[in-house]
Amino acid sequence: MADIEITEAADPGVSRRNFIKGVIAAGAAVGSANYMFRGAGSMFAQATTPGAVERLITITVNGQQRRVDIMRQETLATTLRYKLGLTGTKIGCDRSECGACTVLIDEVPHYACSILTHSVRGRSVRTIEGLAAEDGTLHPVQQAVVSEQGFQCAFCMSGYVMAAVGYLQDNPNPTRADLAHGLSGNLCRCADYNKILNTMEQAAENMRQA
Amino acid sequence: MAVIRDMMPAFELFQPATVEDAAALLREHGEQAWVMAGGLDSFDWFKDRVKRPSVVVDLGGVDALKGIESTADGLEIGAMTPLTDVVRHPDIRERYGLLQQAAELVASPQIRNQGTIGGNNSQDTRCWYYRDGWTCYRADGNICYADTPTSMNREHAIFGADRCVAVNPSDTAPALVALDAQMVVQTAGGERLMDAADYFIGPSIDITRMTILEPGDLLTAIRIPSTWAGATFYFEKVRDRQVWDFPLVNVATALRVSGSTIEDARVAVNGVAPYPMRLTAVEDALRGGSRDEATAERAGDLAVRGARALRHNGYKIPLMRNLVKRSIRAEA
Repeated sequence: MADIEITEAADPGVSRRNFIKGVIAAGAAVGSANYMFRGAGSMFAQATTPGAVERLITITVNGQQRRVDIMRQETLATTLRYKLGLTGTKIGCDRSECGACTVLIDEVPHYACSILTHSVRGRSVRTIEGLAAEDGTLHPVQQAVVSEQGFQCAFCMSGYVMAAVGYLQDNPNPTRADLAHGLSGNLCRCADYNKILNTMEQAAENMRQA
Repeated sequence: MAVIRDMMPAFELFQPATVEDAAALLREHGEQAWVMAGGLDSFDWFKDRVKRPSVVVDLGGVDALKGIESTADGLEIGAMTPLTDVVRHPDIRERYGLLQQAAELVASPQIRNQGTIGGNNSQDTRCWYYRDGWTCYRADGNICYADTPTSMNREHAIFGADRCVAVNPSDTAPALVALDAQMVVQTAGGERLMDAADYFIGPSIDITRMTILEPGDLLTAIRIPSTWAGATFYFEKVRDRQVWDFPLVNVATALRVSGSTIEDARVAVNGVAPYPMRLTAVEDALRGGSRDEATAERAGDLAVRGARALRHNGYKIPLMRNLVKRSIRAEA
Protein backbone atom coordinates (compact mmCIF):
# COMPACT_ATOMS: atom_id res chain seq x y z
CA MET A 1 0.00 0.00 0.00
CA ALA A 2 2.97 2.27 0.53
CA ASP A 3 3.43 2.75 -3.20
CA ILE A 4 0.17 4.61 -3.62
CA GLU A 5 0.83 8.37 -3.62
CA ILE A 6 -2.08 10.68 -2.99
CA THR A 7 -1.79 14.24 -4.25
CA GLU A 8 -4.22 17.06 -3.71
CA ALA A 9 -4.50 18.24 -7.30
CA ALA A 10 -3.60 16.37 -10.46
CA ASP A 11 -2.86 19.57 -12.43
CA PRO A 12 -1.04 22.23 -10.43
CA GLY A 13 -2.30 24.89 -12.90
CA VAL A 14 -5.95 24.56 -11.84
CA SER A 15 -6.74 25.17 -8.22
CA ARG A 16 -10.29 25.23 -6.93
CA ARG A 17 -10.06 29.00 -6.41
CA ASN A 18 -8.69 29.67 -9.87
CA PHE A 19 -11.30 27.44 -11.44
CA ILE A 20 -14.13 29.46 -9.86
CA LYS A 21 -12.53 32.77 -10.91
CA GLY A 22 -12.27 31.41 -14.43
CA VAL A 23 -15.94 30.57 -14.59
CA ILE A 24 -16.87 34.09 -13.46
CA ALA A 25 -14.56 35.71 -16.00
CA ALA A 26 -15.87 33.56 -18.83
CA GLY A 27 -19.41 34.51 -17.92
CA ALA A 28 -18.51 38.18 -17.95
CA ALA A 29 -16.82 37.84 -21.32
CA VAL A 30 -19.84 36.16 -22.86
CA GLY A 31 -22.13 38.74 -21.29
CA SER A 32 -20.23 41.78 -22.48
CA ALA A 33 -19.70 40.31 -25.92
CA ASN A 34 -23.43 40.08 -26.20
CA TYR A 35 -23.64 43.73 -25.20
CA MET A 36 -20.84 45.05 -27.37
CA PHE A 37 -21.49 43.19 -30.58
CA ARG A 38 -25.26 43.40 -30.78
CA GLY A 39 -26.36 44.35 -34.23
CA ALA A 40 -22.89 43.85 -35.65
CA GLY A 41 -23.90 40.52 -37.09
CA SER A 42 -21.93 38.52 -34.55
CA MET A 43 -22.90 35.04 -33.44
CA PHE A 44 -24.23 36.55 -30.23
CA ALA A 45 -26.75 38.79 -31.94
CA GLN A 46 -30.34 37.97 -31.24
CA ALA A 47 -32.92 38.09 -34.00
CA THR A 48 -34.20 41.68 -33.78
CA THR A 49 -37.27 43.36 -35.21
CA PRO A 50 -36.54 45.17 -38.46
CA GLY A 51 -36.00 48.83 -37.69
CA ALA A 52 -35.02 48.28 -34.05
CA VAL A 53 -32.31 50.71 -32.93
CA GLU A 54 -29.19 50.28 -30.78
CA ARG A 55 -27.99 52.28 -27.80
CA LEU A 56 -24.41 52.58 -28.97
CA ILE A 57 -24.13 54.22 -32.35
CA THR A 58 -21.51 56.05 -34.39
CA ILE A 59 -22.30 59.45 -35.83
CA THR A 60 -20.17 61.70 -37.99
CA VAL A 61 -19.68 65.13 -36.44
CA ASN A 62 -17.37 67.71 -38.00
CA GLY A 63 -15.68 64.98 -40.02
CA GLN A 64 -14.95 62.78 -37.00
CA GLN A 65 -16.55 59.44 -36.21
CA ARG A 66 -17.97 59.78 -32.71
CA ARG A 67 -19.21 56.77 -30.75
CA VAL A 68 -22.10 57.73 -28.47
CA ASP A 69 -24.40 56.00 -26.03
CA ILE A 70 -27.82 57.52 -26.58
CA MET A 71 -31.42 57.15 -25.59
CA ARG A 72 -34.18 56.50 -28.12
CA GLN A 73 -35.78 59.88 -27.52
CA GLU A 74 -32.55 61.89 -27.42
CA THR A 75 -32.34 64.91 -29.71
CA LEU A 76 -29.22 65.81 -31.64
CA ALA A 77 -28.89 69.07 -29.69
CA THR A 78 -28.68 67.12 -26.42
CA THR A 79 -26.12 64.69 -27.80
CA LEU A 80 -23.95 67.45 -29.24
CA ARG A 81 -23.96 69.56 -26.11
CA TYR A 82 -24.06 67.07 -23.28
CA LYS A 83 -22.44 63.94 -24.70
CA LEU A 84 -19.87 65.39 -27.11
CA GLY A 85 -19.20 68.70 -25.37
CA LEU A 86 -19.94 70.74 -28.49
CA THR A 87 -21.63 73.57 -26.64
CA GLY A 88 -21.39 76.02 -29.53
CA THR A 89 -24.80 74.71 -30.55
CA LYS A 90 -27.30 76.51 -28.31
CA ILE A 91 -30.70 75.37 -27.13
CA GLY A 92 -33.06 78.33 -27.10
CA CYS A 93 -36.68 77.20 -27.25
CA ASP A 94 -36.28 73.45 -27.77
CA ARG A 95 -39.38 73.68 -30.02
CA SER A 96 -38.07 74.55 -33.52
CA GLU A 97 -39.23 78.10 -32.91
CA CYS A 98 -36.00 80.09 -32.55
CA GLY A 99 -33.18 78.63 -34.65
CA ALA A 100 -30.41 78.84 -32.02
CA CYS A 101 -29.67 75.12 -32.39
CA THR A 102 -29.27 75.19 -36.19
CA VAL A 103 -26.64 72.75 -37.48
CA LEU A 104 -25.90 71.39 -40.92
CA ILE A 105 -26.89 67.81 -41.67
CA ASP A 106 -25.44 66.78 -45.02
CA GLU A 107 -24.84 70.54 -45.48
CA VAL A 108 -28.56 71.36 -45.08
CA PRO A 109 -29.67 73.51 -42.09
CA HIS A 110 -31.78 71.68 -39.51
CA TYR A 111 -32.92 72.44 -35.97
CA ALA A 112 -30.83 70.11 -33.79
CA CYS A 113 -33.47 70.32 -31.03
CA SER A 114 -36.03 68.73 -33.30
CA ILE A 115 -34.29 65.75 -34.82
CA LEU A 116 -33.46 62.50 -33.09
CA THR A 117 -29.79 61.63 -32.84
CA HIS A 118 -30.80 58.22 -34.19
CA SER A 119 -31.89 59.96 -37.39
CA VAL A 120 -28.41 61.25 -38.23
CA ARG A 121 -26.71 57.86 -38.40
CA GLY A 122 -25.01 57.63 -41.76
CA ARG A 123 -25.32 61.38 -42.30
CA SER A 124 -22.73 64.09 -41.77
CA VAL A 125 -23.30 66.68 -39.03
CA ARG A 126 -21.47 70.02 -39.04
CA THR A 127 -21.61 72.39 -36.07
CA ILE A 128 -20.07 75.82 -35.48
CA GLU A 129 -16.99 74.05 -34.06
CA GLY A 130 -16.43 72.45 -37.46
CA LEU A 131 -16.35 75.65 -39.52
CA ALA A 132 -12.85 77.03 -39.02
CA ALA A 133 -9.94 75.44 -40.89
CA GLU A 134 -7.45 73.14 -39.11
CA ASP A 135 -4.97 76.00 -38.76
CA GLY A 136 -7.59 78.20 -37.08
CA THR A 137 -8.46 80.31 -40.12
CA LEU A 138 -12.06 81.38 -39.70
CA HIS A 139 -14.79 80.47 -42.17
CA PRO A 140 -15.76 83.43 -44.41
CA VAL A 141 -19.08 83.75 -42.56
CA GLN A 142 -17.30 83.77 -39.18
CA GLN A 143 -14.90 86.38 -40.53
CA ALA A 144 -17.84 88.58 -41.51
CA VAL A 145 -19.25 88.27 -37.97
CA VAL A 146 -15.94 89.51 -36.56
CA SER A 147 -15.45 92.33 -39.05
CA GLU A 148 -19.06 93.58 -39.01
CA GLN A 149 -19.70 92.94 -35.30
CA GLY A 150 -23.19 91.83 -36.28
CA PHE A 151 -24.39 90.43 -33.00
CA GLN A 152 -25.17 91.97 -29.66
CA CYS A 153 -25.45 89.21 -27.06
CA ALA A 154 -24.75 86.55 -29.72
CA PHE A 155 -26.67 83.69 -28.15
CA CYS A 156 -28.36 83.24 -31.52
CA MET A 157 -25.09 83.71 -33.41
CA SER A 158 -23.99 80.12 -33.94
CA GLY A 159 -27.44 79.19 -35.24
CA TYR A 160 -27.42 82.17 -37.59
CA VAL A 161 -23.94 81.37 -38.83
CA MET A 162 -24.84 77.74 -39.57
CA ALA A 163 -28.08 78.75 -41.30
CA ALA A 164 -26.12 81.31 -43.35
CA VAL A 165 -23.41 78.81 -44.33
CA GLY A 166 -26.09 76.36 -45.50
CA TYR A 167 -28.00 79.06 -47.35
CA LEU A 168 -25.00 80.74 -49.01
CA GLN A 169 -23.61 77.43 -50.26
CA ASP A 170 -26.78 77.07 -52.33
CA ASN A 171 -27.36 80.76 -53.06
CA PRO A 172 -24.04 82.56 -53.52
CA ASN A 173 -25.54 85.82 -54.87
CA PRO A 174 -28.50 86.72 -52.68
CA THR A 175 -30.12 90.14 -52.45
CA ARG A 176 -30.77 91.52 -49.00
CA ALA A 177 -34.39 90.39 -49.31
CA ASP A 178 -33.29 86.90 -50.36
CA LEU A 179 -31.02 86.75 -47.31
CA ALA A 180 -33.85 87.83 -45.02
CA HIS A 181 -36.00 85.03 -46.46
CA GLY A 182 -33.19 82.48 -46.33
CA LEU A 183 -32.39 83.29 -42.70
CA SER A 184 -36.01 83.68 -41.61
CA GLY A 185 -35.79 80.46 -39.58
CA ASN A 186 -33.68 82.19 -36.91
CA LEU A 187 -34.69 84.71 -34.28
CA CYS A 188 -32.60 87.34 -32.51
CA ARG A 189 -33.98 88.52 -29.20
CA CYS A 190 -31.82 91.64 -29.29
CA ALA A 191 -33.65 92.41 -32.57
CA ASP A 192 -30.31 93.09 -34.21
CA TYR A 193 -31.66 92.08 -37.60
CA ASN A 194 -30.29 94.97 -39.64
CA LYS A 195 -26.76 94.41 -38.44
CA ILE A 196 -27.14 90.66 -38.91
CA LEU A 197 -28.18 91.22 -42.51
CA ASN A 198 -25.21 93.59 -43.02
CA THR A 199 -23.00 90.85 -41.65
CA MET A 200 -24.47 88.19 -43.89
CA GLU A 201 -24.16 90.41 -46.97
CA GLN A 202 -20.48 90.72 -46.10
CA ALA A 203 -20.40 86.96 -45.50
CA ALA A 204 -21.77 86.32 -48.99
CA GLU A 205 -19.09 88.63 -50.39
CA ASN A 206 -16.39 86.81 -48.38
CA MET A 207 -17.61 83.45 -49.60
CA ARG A 208 -17.63 84.57 -53.23
CA GLN A 209 -14.01 85.70 -52.89
CA ALA A 210 -12.85 82.67 -50.95
CA MET B 1 -46.24 77.99 -24.20
CA ALA B 2 -43.14 76.01 -24.60
CA VAL B 3 -41.72 74.83 -21.34
CA ILE B 4 -38.28 73.33 -21.52
CA ARG B 5 -37.84 70.18 -19.53
CA ASP B 6 -34.89 67.87 -19.50
CA MET B 7 -35.89 65.29 -22.05
CA MET B 8 -38.81 63.73 -23.85
CA PRO B 9 -40.38 60.79 -22.01
CA ALA B 10 -39.01 57.46 -23.17
CA PHE B 11 -40.47 55.52 -26.06
CA GLU B 12 -39.41 52.53 -28.08
CA LEU B 13 -38.07 53.70 -31.43
CA PHE B 14 -38.19 51.86 -34.73
CA GLN B 15 -36.57 53.17 -37.90
CA PRO B 16 -37.64 50.73 -40.61
CA ALA B 17 -36.04 50.89 -44.05
CA THR B 18 -38.95 49.66 -46.12
CA VAL B 19 -42.68 50.32 -46.35
CA GLU B 20 -43.33 46.64 -45.64
CA ASP B 21 -41.35 46.73 -42.39
CA ALA B 22 -43.08 49.96 -41.38
CA ALA B 23 -46.50 48.48 -42.10
CA ALA B 24 -45.63 45.31 -40.16
CA LEU B 25 -44.54 47.39 -37.15
CA LEU B 26 -47.74 49.41 -37.26
CA ARG B 27 -49.84 46.25 -37.45
CA GLU B 28 -47.92 44.74 -34.54
CA HIS B 29 -48.22 47.75 -32.25
CA GLY B 30 -51.66 48.98 -33.32
CA GLU B 31 -52.89 51.97 -31.36
CA GLN B 32 -49.69 52.13 -29.28
CA ALA B 33 -47.72 53.14 -32.36
CA TRP B 34 -47.11 56.73 -33.41
CA VAL B 35 -46.18 57.33 -37.04
CA MET B 36 -43.48 59.98 -37.31
CA ALA B 37 -42.55 61.77 -40.55
CA GLY B 38 -40.35 64.87 -40.19
CA GLY B 39 -41.13 64.88 -36.45
CA LEU B 40 -41.85 68.60 -36.11
CA ASP B 41 -45.45 68.10 -35.01
CA SER B 42 -44.61 64.89 -33.10
CA PHE B 43 -41.86 66.34 -30.90
CA ASP B 44 -44.13 69.16 -29.68
CA TRP B 45 -46.61 66.57 -28.44
CA PHE B 46 -43.91 64.43 -26.84
CA LYS B 47 -42.04 67.31 -25.21
CA ASP B 48 -45.25 68.70 -23.73
CA ARG B 49 -46.10 65.19 -22.49
CA VAL B 50 -49.58 65.53 -23.90
CA LYS B 51 -49.25 62.51 -26.18
CA ARG B 52 -47.10 59.70 -24.84
CA PRO B 53 -46.94 56.83 -27.30
CA SER B 54 -44.96 53.80 -26.17
CA VAL B 55 -43.78 53.06 -29.71
CA VAL B 56 -42.61 55.54 -32.36
CA VAL B 57 -42.21 54.36 -35.93
CA ASP B 58 -39.95 56.87 -37.67
CA LEU B 59 -40.38 56.78 -41.46
CA GLY B 60 -37.22 58.85 -42.06
CA GLY B 61 -35.25 55.82 -43.21
CA VAL B 62 -37.75 54.63 -45.78
CA ASP B 63 -36.12 55.83 -49.01
CA ALA B 64 -38.94 54.47 -51.17
CA LEU B 65 -41.21 57.16 -49.72
CA LYS B 66 -38.93 60.00 -50.81
CA GLY B 67 -38.66 61.67 -54.20
CA ILE B 68 -40.73 63.15 -56.98
CA GLU B 69 -41.36 61.19 -60.17
CA SER B 70 -43.08 61.97 -63.43
CA THR B 71 -45.92 59.61 -64.24
CA ALA B 72 -47.96 59.05 -67.40
CA ASP B 73 -50.42 61.63 -66.11
CA GLY B 74 -48.59 64.14 -63.97
CA LEU B 75 -46.43 63.66 -60.90
CA GLU B 76 -46.11 61.35 -57.94
CA ILE B 77 -44.60 62.82 -54.78
CA GLY B 78 -43.42 60.42 -52.08
CA ALA B 79 -45.04 61.23 -48.73
CA MET B 80 -41.64 61.64 -47.03
CA THR B 81 -40.33 64.17 -49.55
CA PRO B 82 -39.17 67.30 -47.68
CA LEU B 83 -41.06 70.49 -48.52
CA THR B 84 -37.82 72.10 -49.73
CA ASP B 85 -37.56 69.44 -52.44
CA VAL B 86 -41.15 70.14 -53.45
CA VAL B 87 -40.40 73.86 -53.69
CA ARG B 88 -37.26 73.33 -55.77
CA HIS B 89 -38.55 70.70 -58.16
CA PRO B 90 -38.44 72.21 -61.68
CA ASP B 91 -41.62 70.51 -62.88
CA ILE B 92 -43.57 71.64 -59.83
CA ARG B 93 -42.29 75.21 -60.23
CA GLU B 94 -43.15 75.27 -63.91
CA ARG B 95 -46.46 73.43 -64.13
CA TYR B 96 -47.87 73.18 -60.60
CA GLY B 97 -46.76 76.52 -59.21
CA LEU B 98 -49.72 76.55 -56.82
CA LEU B 99 -48.14 73.76 -54.77
CA GLN B 100 -44.71 75.39 -54.93
CA GLN B 101 -46.09 78.68 -53.62
CA ALA B 102 -47.99 76.94 -50.83
CA ALA B 103 -45.02 74.81 -49.77
CA GLU B 104 -42.67 77.81 -49.76
CA LEU B 105 -44.89 79.61 -47.26
CA VAL B 106 -44.82 76.80 -44.71
CA ALA B 107 -43.07 77.66 -41.44
CA SER B 108 -39.32 78.40 -41.75
CA PRO B 109 -36.46 77.23 -44.03
CA GLN B 110 -35.14 74.69 -41.50
CA ILE B 111 -38.62 73.26 -40.99
CA ARG B 112 -39.13 72.99 -44.75
CA ASN B 113 -35.81 71.14 -44.97
CA GLN B 114 -37.08 68.49 -42.57
CA GLY B 115 -40.87 68.67 -42.69
CA THR B 116 -42.45 66.48 -45.33
CA ILE B 117 -45.35 66.89 -47.73
CA GLY B 118 -47.05 63.88 -46.12
CA GLY B 119 -46.54 65.24 -42.63
CA ASN B 120 -47.72 68.71 -43.58
CA ASN B 121 -50.97 67.17 -44.79
CA SER B 122 -51.37 64.80 -41.84
CA GLN B 123 -50.46 67.17 -38.99
CA ASP B 124 -52.80 67.70 -36.10
CA THR B 125 -54.73 70.88 -35.41
CA ARG B 126 -53.18 73.83 -33.57
CA CYS B 127 -56.09 74.51 -31.16
CA TRP B 128 -54.15 75.38 -28.02
CA TYR B 129 -56.70 74.05 -25.58
CA TYR B 130 -56.29 70.68 -27.25
CA ARG B 131 -52.51 70.98 -27.62
CA ASP B 132 -52.14 71.98 -24.00
CA GLY B 133 -53.63 68.66 -23.00
CA TRP B 134 -57.14 69.73 -21.99
CA THR B 135 -59.50 66.78 -22.20
CA CYS B 136 -61.77 68.19 -24.87
CA TYR B 137 -63.93 66.29 -27.34
CA ARG B 138 -60.92 65.73 -29.60
CA ALA B 139 -59.03 64.24 -26.66
CA ASP B 140 -61.87 61.86 -25.74
CA GLY B 141 -63.44 64.35 -23.33
CA ASN B 142 -66.89 65.84 -23.23
CA ILE B 143 -66.52 69.58 -23.85
CA CYS B 144 -65.01 72.04 -26.29
CA TYR B 145 -62.97 74.59 -24.33
CA ALA B 146 -62.65 76.81 -27.40
CA ASP B 147 -66.40 77.26 -27.78
CA THR B 148 -67.57 78.75 -24.49
CA PRO B 149 -68.52 82.40 -23.81
CA THR B 150 -65.06 83.12 -22.40
CA SER B 151 -62.96 81.08 -24.84
CA MET B 152 -60.09 82.57 -26.77
CA ASN B 153 -61.02 81.36 -30.23
CA ARG B 154 -59.56 83.88 -32.64
CA GLU B 155 -57.94 81.14 -34.76
CA HIS B 156 -60.88 78.75 -34.81
CA ALA B 157 -63.49 77.61 -37.32
CA ILE B 158 -66.22 79.51 -39.13
CA PHE B 159 -67.34 76.42 -41.06
CA GLY B 160 -67.75 72.71 -40.41
CA ALA B 161 -67.66 72.86 -36.62
CA ASP B 162 -69.34 69.94 -34.87
CA ARG B 163 -68.74 70.10 -31.10
CA CYS B 164 -65.02 70.72 -31.89
CA VAL B 165 -64.20 74.10 -33.50
CA ALA B 166 -60.54 73.47 -34.39
CA VAL B 167 -59.22 74.08 -37.91
CA ASN B 168 -56.81 72.33 -40.25
CA PRO B 169 -53.52 74.29 -40.28
CA SER B 170 -51.91 72.98 -43.49
CA ASP B 171 -50.79 75.27 -46.32
CA THR B 172 -50.18 72.56 -48.90
CA ALA B 173 -53.53 70.82 -48.27
CA PRO B 174 -55.72 73.40 -50.05
CA ALA B 175 -53.23 73.50 -52.94
CA LEU B 176 -53.50 69.73 -53.32
CA VAL B 177 -57.30 69.90 -53.17
CA ALA B 178 -57.32 72.61 -55.85
CA LEU B 179 -55.00 70.54 -58.07
CA ASP B 180 -57.31 67.48 -57.84
CA ALA B 181 -54.49 65.52 -56.20
CA GLN B 182 -54.98 61.95 -55.05
CA MET B 183 -53.61 60.39 -51.89
CA VAL B 184 -52.15 56.89 -51.92
CA VAL B 185 -52.83 55.18 -48.59
CA GLN B 186 -51.45 51.82 -47.50
CA THR B 187 -53.97 50.00 -45.34
CA ALA B 188 -54.13 46.50 -43.89
CA GLY B 189 -56.46 45.62 -46.77
CA GLY B 190 -54.08 46.93 -49.44
CA GLU B 191 -53.53 50.19 -51.26
CA ARG B 192 -56.32 52.77 -51.39
CA LEU B 193 -56.48 55.74 -53.68
CA MET B 194 -58.62 58.73 -52.73
CA ASP B 195 -59.18 62.33 -53.68
CA ALA B 196 -57.28 64.78 -51.50
CA ALA B 197 -60.62 66.30 -50.48
CA ASP B 198 -61.69 62.93 -49.03
CA TYR B 199 -58.41 62.40 -47.16
CA PHE B 200 -59.26 65.16 -44.69
CA ILE B 201 -62.16 64.56 -42.34
CA GLY B 202 -64.12 66.72 -39.93
CA PRO B 203 -65.34 66.04 -36.40
CA SER B 204 -68.71 64.83 -37.70
CA ILE B 205 -66.89 61.80 -39.15
CA ASP B 206 -64.33 61.28 -36.37
CA ILE B 207 -63.69 63.95 -33.79
CA THR B 208 -60.29 62.55 -32.75
CA ARG B 209 -58.64 62.54 -36.19
CA MET B 210 -57.87 65.10 -38.88
CA THR B 211 -57.40 62.59 -41.70
CA ILE B 212 -58.91 59.34 -42.83
CA LEU B 213 -55.81 57.45 -41.63
CA GLU B 214 -56.65 54.89 -38.96
CA PRO B 215 -54.06 53.25 -36.72
CA GLY B 216 -51.91 51.07 -38.96
CA ASP B 217 -52.53 53.11 -42.13
CA LEU B 218 -49.78 54.95 -43.97
CA LEU B 219 -49.93 57.80 -46.45
CA THR B 220 -47.30 56.70 -48.99
CA ALA B 221 -47.59 59.12 -51.90
CA ILE B 222 -49.48 62.03 -53.40
CA ARG B 223 -50.36 61.98 -57.10
CA ILE B 224 -50.96 65.18 -58.99
CA PRO B 225 -52.74 64.72 -62.30
CA SER B 226 -51.91 66.96 -65.25
CA THR B 227 -55.49 68.31 -65.23
CA TRP B 228 -54.41 71.70 -63.88
CA ALA B 229 -50.84 71.80 -65.17
CA GLY B 230 -49.87 75.27 -66.23
CA ALA B 231 -53.21 76.80 -65.18
CA THR B 232 -53.52 80.29 -63.75
CA PHE B 233 -52.73 79.93 -60.05
CA TYR B 234 -53.15 82.10 -57.01
CA PHE B 235 -52.06 81.26 -53.48
CA GLU B 236 -52.16 83.61 -50.55
CA LYS B 237 -51.60 82.98 -46.89
CA VAL B 238 -52.51 85.48 -44.18
CA ARG B 239 -50.80 84.99 -40.83
CA ASP B 240 -49.88 87.06 -37.81
CA ARG B 241 -46.18 87.21 -38.70
CA GLN B 242 -44.56 86.64 -42.04
CA VAL B 243 -42.57 83.57 -41.13
CA TRP B 244 -43.04 80.43 -39.05
CA ASP B 245 -46.73 81.04 -38.44
CA PHE B 246 -49.69 78.89 -39.35
CA PRO B 247 -52.33 80.46 -41.57
CA LEU B 248 -55.24 82.40 -40.16
CA VAL B 249 -56.77 81.86 -43.60
CA ASN B 250 -55.17 80.77 -46.85
CA VAL B 251 -56.60 80.39 -50.35
CA ALA B 252 -55.54 78.23 -53.29
CA THR B 253 -57.16 78.93 -56.65
CA ALA B 254 -56.61 77.38 -60.07
CA LEU B 255 -58.29 78.91 -63.11
CA ARG B 256 -58.48 77.91 -66.75
CA VAL B 257 -58.99 81.18 -68.55
CA SER B 258 -59.61 81.63 -72.24
CA GLY B 259 -59.57 85.27 -73.29
CA SER B 260 -61.48 86.79 -70.42
CA THR B 261 -63.74 83.79 -69.88
CA ILE B 262 -63.20 81.43 -66.96
CA GLU B 263 -63.61 77.95 -68.43
CA ASP B 264 -63.07 76.03 -65.23
CA ALA B 265 -62.00 76.74 -61.66
CA ARG B 266 -60.90 75.17 -58.41
CA VAL B 267 -61.00 77.18 -55.20
CA ALA B 268 -59.93 75.77 -51.83
CA VAL B 269 -59.52 77.53 -48.50
CA ASN B 270 -57.90 76.41 -45.27
CA GLY B 271 -57.76 77.72 -41.73
CA VAL B 272 -61.54 78.20 -41.65
CA ALA B 273 -62.79 74.63 -41.10
CA PRO B 274 -61.55 71.34 -39.63
CA TYR B 275 -60.53 70.34 -43.15
CA PRO B 276 -59.39 72.22 -46.27
CA MET B 277 -62.63 73.42 -47.86
CA ARG B 278 -63.21 73.08 -51.56
CA LEU B 279 -65.69 75.78 -52.55
CA THR B 280 -67.73 73.99 -55.20
CA ALA B 281 -70.53 76.57 -55.19
CA VAL B 282 -67.97 79.25 -56.03
CA GLU B 283 -66.46 77.08 -58.75
CA ASP B 284 -69.89 76.52 -60.32
CA ALA B 285 -70.57 80.24 -60.30
CA LEU B 286 -67.22 81.01 -61.90
CA ARG B 287 -67.48 78.51 -64.72
CA GLY B 288 -68.35 80.31 -67.95
CA GLY B 289 -68.20 83.74 -66.33
CA SER B 290 -65.83 86.49 -67.33
CA ARG B 291 -62.85 87.22 -65.19
CA ASP B 292 -63.74 90.64 -63.88
CA GLU B 293 -64.46 92.58 -60.71
CA ALA B 294 -68.17 91.66 -60.63
CA THR B 295 -67.43 87.92 -60.89
CA ALA B 296 -64.76 88.17 -58.22
CA GLU B 297 -67.15 90.05 -55.96
CA ARG B 298 -69.85 87.43 -56.42
CA ALA B 299 -67.36 84.62 -55.79
CA GLY B 300 -66.26 86.22 -52.53
CA ASP B 301 -69.84 86.65 -51.32
CA LEU B 302 -70.71 83.06 -52.23
CA ALA B 303 -67.61 81.73 -50.50
CA VAL B 304 -68.65 82.88 -47.04
CA ARG B 305 -72.34 82.04 -47.32
CA GLY B 306 -73.26 79.97 -44.27
CA ALA B 307 -70.21 81.00 -42.26
CA ARG B 308 -70.79 81.14 -38.51
CA ALA B 309 -68.39 83.15 -36.40
CA LEU B 310 -67.41 82.41 -32.82
CA ARG B 311 -66.86 85.22 -30.36
CA HIS B 312 -63.37 86.29 -31.50
CA ASN B 313 -63.02 85.06 -35.08
CA GLY B 314 -65.60 87.16 -36.91
CA TYR B 315 -62.75 88.82 -38.85
CA LYS B 316 -62.23 85.54 -40.70
CA ILE B 317 -65.43 86.06 -42.69
CA PRO B 318 -64.37 89.27 -44.49
CA LEU B 319 -60.81 87.92 -44.66
CA MET B 320 -61.93 84.77 -46.46
CA ARG B 321 -64.31 86.74 -48.68
CA ASN B 322 -61.57 89.12 -49.74
CA LEU B 323 -58.98 86.40 -50.27
CA VAL B 324 -61.31 84.45 -52.56
CA LYS B 325 -62.19 87.68 -54.38
CA ARG B 326 -58.54 88.60 -54.81
CA SER B 327 -57.67 85.12 -56.06
CA ILE B 328 -60.16 85.45 -58.91
CA ARG B 329 -59.39 88.96 -60.07
CA ALA B 330 -55.62 88.83 -59.75
CA GLU B 331 -53.70 89.10 -62.97
CA ALA B 332 -51.43 86.13 -63.59
